[in-house]
Amino acid sequence: MIVIVDYGVGNLMSVRNMARKVGAQATISGDADEIAAADRIILPGVGHFNYGMERLRASGLVDVLNKAALEDKKPFLGICLGAQILGKGSEEGDAPGLGWIDMECTRFPRADHLPVPHMMWNELEIKQPGTMLDSASDQARYYFVHSYYMNCAAPENVVATTRYGVEFTSVVKQGNIMGMQFHPEKSLKYGMEIIRAFNEFGTAGPAQ
Amino acid sequence: MLKTRIIPCLDVADGRVVKGVNFVDLIDAGDPVEQAKAYDAAGADELCFLDIHATHENRGTMYDLATRTAEQCFMPLTIGGGVRTVEDVRNLLLAGADKVSFNSAAVADPDVVARAADRFGSQCIVVAIDAKTVAPGKWEIFTHGGRKPTGIDAVEFARMVVAKGAGEILLTSMDRDGTKSGFNLPLTRAVADAVPVPVIASGGVGTLDHLVEGVTEGHASAVLAASIFHFGTYSIAEAKAHMAAAGIPMRLN
Repeated sequence: MIVIVDYGVGNLMSVRNMARKVGAQATISGDADEIAAADRIILPGVGHFNYGMERLRASGLVDVLNKAALEDKKPFLGICLGAQILGKGSEEGDAPGLGWIDMECTRFPRADHLPVPHMMWNELEIKQPGTMLDSASDQARYYFVHSYYMNCAAPENVVATTRYGVEFTSVVKQGNIMGMQFHPEKSLKYGMEIIRAFNEFGTAGPAQ
Repeated sequence: MLKTRIIPCLDVADGRVVKGVNFVDLIDAGDPVEQAKAYDAAGADELCFLDIHATHENRGTMYDLATRTAEQCFMPLTIGGGVRTVEDVRNLLLAGADKVSFNSAAVADPDVVARAADRFGSQCIVVAIDAKTVAPGKWEIFTHGGRKPTGIDAVEFARMVVAKGAGEILLTSMDRDGTKSGFNLPLTRAVADAVPVPVIASGGVGTLDHLVEGVTEGHASAVLAASIFHFGTYSIAEAKAHMAAAGIPMRLN
């Protein structure tokens, strides 16, 4: 069972709809016991970094998420803001993130005359094979909507990058924990492949 | 690299599409979900539903529409028409919209944009601006379907709502809307160059070259069209191929 964490932020239905579309059992929950019992966890989220962290802390779910991701090493996927808050913090606000991955979020520079938010279909440059992105075709495009991007301290956490004026980290990974800046749940068949792969991620053995 | 988006816009009234495409094989062309699925298959980059009646009483049908569409379409969905409050935004996002568009309400109370953006993030707050040319190089905002002048300068207003947190501007030229004579390019360029967020050009598309001009001359990040798709004059694929041939990066299926 995939549990999609409900902490009052984001378009949870779309994630659940797509998970069900690929045949996964998926439920939306903000209940600590249900999250603790999940096989896999998706942390969605759109909006302001501080608001997201405030909501997550207010919901009392930080401990159960820490345990699931860090101790039990369950397959964990953060999407958009849900990916950003896996890191230490963001220029968008002063709230600390979950701190699982050594990264900070940075605002896109205004200097490039590019509109911000980065709101469009864009591509990934895969930096590390052997992840759930392996099935992606050269044609694959993903839907991005964000003004801040993830900046990893360690290159080994960078699974894929995307170019928008700057080259930024669009997919991060540390062991069982992954974060994606784009919205797989809004990326048509390309995103569907990712959610399908996430549903199978780690089933061959313990998640690496 | 910067892929321009093509966004078909569907007019909806009481949960039914009143202006849509005559796709072949549609069981029910009036069903927004059927239309959305067809546009998904056709390669549209996003969808926009505009509630043209937008009365308080029919809010529920828009929530239901968002829910049903999101169940079957995995593409970005913007909903506009009659959005007045932060609560309206919340309900539409919860139902399955990815972006919500303010129009008259942002003119009456621009701070509603700030309140909504602070709560949900700029990326899901669109402000739709309907503008008419009042003098060369001067455009004024009209509300209530273009009937009511406001005296507000469109470019200044765009700057102001973006400063308040709008993440995207949907800019419609009331002079051009329905004329098929092309986007109002000076207006589009004036607004696109004035704000740091994406601008969607709307109003006046009659040919595929018009779509190209909206980007190359109007500096728009996305182009919205209704009639040319609705009446089957061109397909999304033709539009994309034409724009790609003109050197505009597109997401091609």
